[in-house]
Amino acid sequence: MMIMNKTKIWFGLSIAIIVIGLIMGMINGLNMGIDFTGGTMMQFNLGKEVKVNEIKDIISEFALDADIIHAGQDKQEVIIKTKADLNNDQRQEIFSAFKERYNLTDEDFLQAEQFGPAIGEEIRNRALLSIAIAALGMLAYITFRFEFKFGIAAIIALLHDIFVVLAVYAIFRIPVNSSFVAAILTIVGYSINDTIVVFDRIRENVKFMKKASYEEIADTSINQTIARSINTSFTTLLSIIMLYVLGVDAIRQFALPLIAGIATGTYSSIFIASPVWTLWKNWEKKNKRYNAA
Amino acid sequence: MKIKNAIILLLIVAIIGAGAFVGIKGIQIGETEISPVRDMMKLGLDLKGGVFVVLEAETDATGDELNRIMGQTQGVIERRVNAMGLTEPNIVREGDKRIRVELPGAKNAQEAIDMIGKTAQLQFVKPNGEVILSGNQVKNAEVVFESNKGNVPSVSLEFNSEGARAFQAATKEVSAAAALNERIIAIILDDQIISAPEVREEIPNGRAVITGNFTIDEASNLAALIRGGALPVNLTEVQTSAIGPTLGLDSLNKSIDAAKIGIALVLLFMIVYYRVPGLIASIALMLYILIVLYVFIGFGATLTLPGVAGLILSIGMAVDANVIIFERLKEELRNGKSLRAAVDSGFARALTTILDANITTVIAGIVLFQFGSGPIRGFAVTLMIGIGVSMFTAVVITKMLLKLFININIFKNTKLYGA
Repeated sequence: MMIMNKTKIWFGLSIAIIVIGLIMGMINGLNMGIDFTGGTMMQFNLGKEVKVNEIKDIISEFALDADIIHAGQDKQEVIIKTKADLNNDQRQEIFSAFKERYNLTDEDFLQAEQFGPAIGEEIRNRALLSIAIAALGMLAYITFRFEFKFGIAAIIALLHDIFVVLAVYAIFRIPVNSSFVAAILTIVGYSINDTIVVFDRIRENVKFMKKASYEEIADTSINQTIARSINTSFTTLLSIIMLYVLGVDAIRQFALPLIAGIATGTYSSIFIASPVWTLWKNWEKKNKRYNAA
Repeated sequence: MKIKNAIILLLIVAIIGAGAFVGIKGIQIGETEISPVRDMMKLGLDLKGGVFVVLEAETDATGDELNRIMGQTQGVIERRVNAMGLTEPNIVREGDKRIRVELPGAKNAQEAIDMIGKTAQLQFVKPNGEVILSGNQVKNAEVVFESNKGNVPSVSLEFNSEGARAFQAATKEVSAAAALNERIIAIILDDQIISAPEVREEIPNGRAVITGNFTIDEASNLAALIRGGALPVNLTEVQTSAIGPTLGLDSLNKSIDAAKIGIALVLLFMIVYYRVPGLIASIALMLYILIVLYVFIGFGATLTLPGVAGLILSIGMAVDANVIIFERLKEELRNGKSLRAAVDSGFARALTTILDANITTVIAGIVLFQFGSGPIRGFAVTLMIGIGVSMFTAVVITKMLLKLFININIFKNTKLYGA
């Protein structure tokens, strides 16, 4: 398989997905979770499916500006999400309104989550910081074990993956919350892992293929590792897809970006990381030649 | 040689099989009982159900003053939580002004939060039930030794000016009563009488001493209770999570189902695609899962929902190490090497790749652990344990099993190894 001579196609494809995601993100805004914005989430079991309007009606007196989502197998559960910071008494008051109306017991208050506004900002900042630190740590390690250019190419592939996953979040309106941070960091780890395996082969082949061009070396290396790349992604995806199919909402919100991330991580290790390295190497070679002349 | 190798191999497979059985079902031999992994695992609130709440103290105090306030607040909360009789509550100070309270298995979340956050529980009550003053009017309570009464430990009270006035009026009235049980001002904490001293005279200056046959411990305990009854600061809820027990259990069961099917599919794929090595990897993978679970239990780590995802993801990554090795093995075989030589050089060449790839992932894991909170840390722990164990099983166990297999000499055809 020839990868390097179609570099423009691969880059174009990635840019297209990222741009679509960015546009969607700008139009709709990212669906920020309450742990990033501050707010309150409550989940009740109503015992039957209740129309959204009816629920809106019940909570109208509390002036929450809430999102209402159905959950559970038969949509008998309802999730109420609001940016309002409700304390325990206020939450209890809202539950009481439902309790009376639908004859519920205390057990039907399935879960509640509340984040003060300050904590949201803290979690968000810590998330950004941790991604930055992780990236720097990896760059340092790759520079130490390989060379700086591999490191930069790997980080570019990484950024690509993060943007693609962000696009997925924007397109599917997945809430951006603390699971998002874990998902992104997992993808960061996975994508680097994948890229390193290819680079490892390039590093090895550079020694053996002294006369070959960088394109040839990259192509050969990718072809030698592609079975591994695909098989590993496939087995990892198998288990995560099962998690998505069978899991509860909280897990699905985590599994979907991971599925996207592993797919794009594999893609970028083949179609982004190595071409970036090749382009840079060739550019460097060309410059040297001019300098010599 | 053949038979010896076959026996060792069978033994290993039998041990792993037995381990898996014990892990799922548990076992009892005589007095010793090994519970199933599920029962031994410490589950996070999101899987077990329960409440956690992070409270922030509204105070501008800093340094020692802040530490004193926070220590006192934590003490009050601990006492209240212990009164609820829950198992394994966890109360820790987080950062400067925050206290995180975790109550696994709390049935009524709302009630629990109410109990913790209640302020001013301490009341001074007249015999007729009338409340004289409450805890926030108590400035201090400490153990003193009354020198004029032979240095017995007593508890001195100090009220603020408002409290002092109320206390003066009440003591004047009560001390004038005829019967002894009319002359008592009870100190009530959370609806429990913690002390019921008799009032002998009017107490005007906002300072009172409770004497009695206290030991030092009793006196300091009472003083602490009186001090502690008044939460020194107002607390606001900055973060709460209350998960009902049914929801948590549901999450756990569904995740376990997903893991079982996921693992089965992965093993199936490995065997179909890589044949003999695939079968060996499957055995090693079972061992991997067992080790990870028991290491987890051994560390006393708490399994959270993201942790489950991390665990399943790490299985995928454990497969990766095997895949890298087998692809190398295939290449070496195609290059015309013998089976034994191919295994040796395949493993050797795959090792640096596996190391480099996994160390970079570990870097992400460490950062996650360092900067993440709660469930995310759980995820990071699983991921790192997973990576460590997967390197061991892939590099050591798979290699050992593969060599045993080859030495048995039944499966000589290199086609069975993917060549």
